[in-house]
Amino acid sequence: MYHKSKGYKIFSFFNYICLILIALSCFLPMLHLLAQSLSSKSAINGNLVSFWPVDFNMDAYAKTFRNTNFTGSMQISVFRTVLGTLISMFVITTAGYALSKDFRGRNVLMWIFIFTMLFSGGLIPSYILVTKLGFKDTIWSLVLPGAFGAYNLILIMNFFKTIPKALEEAAFIDGASFFVIFRKIYLPLSLPGLATVGLFIMVGHWNAWFDGILYMSSTENYPLASFLQTVVVQGSAQSMALSQSEAAALSEQSIKAAQIFISTLPIILVYPFLQKYFVKGIVLGAVKE
Amino acid sequence: MQPLKTDIRKKGKDPWSKELKKSWPLYVLCIPALVCVLIFAYGPMVGLVMAFQDYKPWLGISGSAWIGWDNFARIFQYKEATQAITNTLIIAVIKIVVGIVVPIIMAILLSEIRNMGIKKSIQTLVYLPHFLSWVTVAGIMIDLLGLDGGINHMLTQVFGIQPVYFLGDPVLFRPTVIISDLWKNFGFGMIVYLAVITGIDPSYYEAAEIDGASRWQQIRHVTLPSMLPMIIVIATLSLGNILDAGFDQIFNLYNPLVYSTGDIIDTYVYRSSLLNGQYGFGTAVGLFKSGISFVLIVISYRIAYKVANYKIF
Repeated sequence: MYHKSKGYKIFSFFNYICLILIALSCFLPMLHLLAQSLSSKSAINGNLVSFWPVDFNMDAYAKTFRNTNFTGSMQISVFRTVLGTLISMFVITTAGYALSKDFRGRNVLMWIFIFTMLFSGGLIPSYILVTKLGFKDTIWSLVLPGAFGAYNLILIMNFFKTIPKALEEAAFIDGASFFVIFRKIYLPLSLPGLATVGLFIMVGHWNAWFDGILYMSSTENYPLASFLQTVVVQGSAQSMALSQSEAAALSEQSIKAAQIFISTLPIILVYPFLQKYFVKGIVLGAVKE
Repeated sequence: MQPLKTDIRKKGKDPWSKELKKSWPLYVLCIPALVCVLIFAYGPMVGLVMAFQDYKPWLGISGSAWIGWDNFARIFQYKEATQAITNTLIIAVIKIVVGIVVPIIMAILLSEIRNMGIKKSIQTLVYLPHFLSWVTVAGIMIDLLGLDGGINHMLTQVFGIQPVYFLGDPVLFRPTVIISDLWKNFGFGMIVYLAVITGIDPSYYEAAEIDGASRWQQIRHVTLPSMLPMIIVIATLSLGNILDAGFDQIFNLYNPLVYSTGDIIDTYVYRSSLLNGQYGFGTAVGLFKSGISFVLIVISYRIAYKVANYKIF
């Protein structure tokens, strides 16, 4: 009935317009970045570029890929993401499987894990620990400290709990051990769940910038996100301080844009897959029946 | 009949030896995670004793002098520290309120969109910024909000206003931070509310409609009450984040010009300790924050459990 009322029709019209504009606002900055990266310096300096490249050229990309600092950082990021995700998934799935069962001491173990969500040693003690372990300037400082995440553990545990117990019981009768059941039944059957958490961890590693700055004493060892931080944020802070060099810094804008865009590309590429799963993941994490 | 091997639910019944024989693989499977947590989560907690020391890197924890609560007393003596605490509270509280209200409104508005194609496209687009790193977003912001960036270009050309220094003005810094945080995260916050709305039994709406309720009345008397438990849970749980104003964001957006309104506890800890070498003091500020956060999280989980029967696991 309300669908037909005049008031609702007017509301509906504005609702569509409003939401479409908001949705575009979430996407246009990326488009602006892409347009800048493909435009000429003079067009950018003249503030002519909005969402479409002006004087189309790929110079910024050519320059970016010739920059060995950039490509080196990219390699570190790829390596870090692959290694970090594998380690994290191993640690979380093994514990997640065990904790989805009932055994003596399970609750104590669970609380040991959950407590890490509530309280932490903080920045300085963590920094000193990683340094003392000799992980500074190594890839381990980037992949090990964050390998375990209690939130991800809970997600995985909940996915494992949805697998029918009868499957496990049947496997037990056939003489399978916990390890075999974990590998042959639980892992394959919870692939969507593993994909969700795995993608979250991957995005986390790819985007992580602070640990690189913290633990790498040489910028050559920076992962891509940390490298970008120095270029994009610290670089602009310098140009803010020195107004004279502002013009010079601005002409670098298309290179900056290209670098940001390339670094974001993997996220945009996995995003469709990510999006398919993550809604389920979030709801599962937030809503408890 | 022999009880099945999996039938291990009767807790505390079997002696440890029997339990170990039966479920040792489960203990083994917990070892990797346990090692990780003991080293990287509990290990640093040992280091918290530095908060009570005049820590000198070359002397280490065992060699540095004990100074009791001096570092904590300093938190309240240093103007910069109290300022950072105040800023944290203000920014975090506004972020929490805005970050709950806006996603609720957006979820309700989005649920009014009947065209599934448009609805899905809007959803896909609004979730996207959440997956960009703050470095990327800061890069975009710095470019757009700079003195000769796109926004100022528009302001001067269209409205004839003087350029506004969004990231360098102490008054404008907080609104900029809050709005950019909202932009990045509202789509993500919306997911749960949208799921709740989708889950509402349509017969409620049908009944309301037969009673002659307008759409607005349906939202007020059906949609909002159905969302209330979830809103309460999310609101109470965010109490625990009241000292987290967003390190990644602030660190990438702020500069000395806006320390007075934009410096938060986490950025202050970074500057005072790692940059200025006051390790003991920085640790004390961090511990102060963790301690209060811990108490608040425990309280908020208790409330969430009492009010809405929410459990962490």
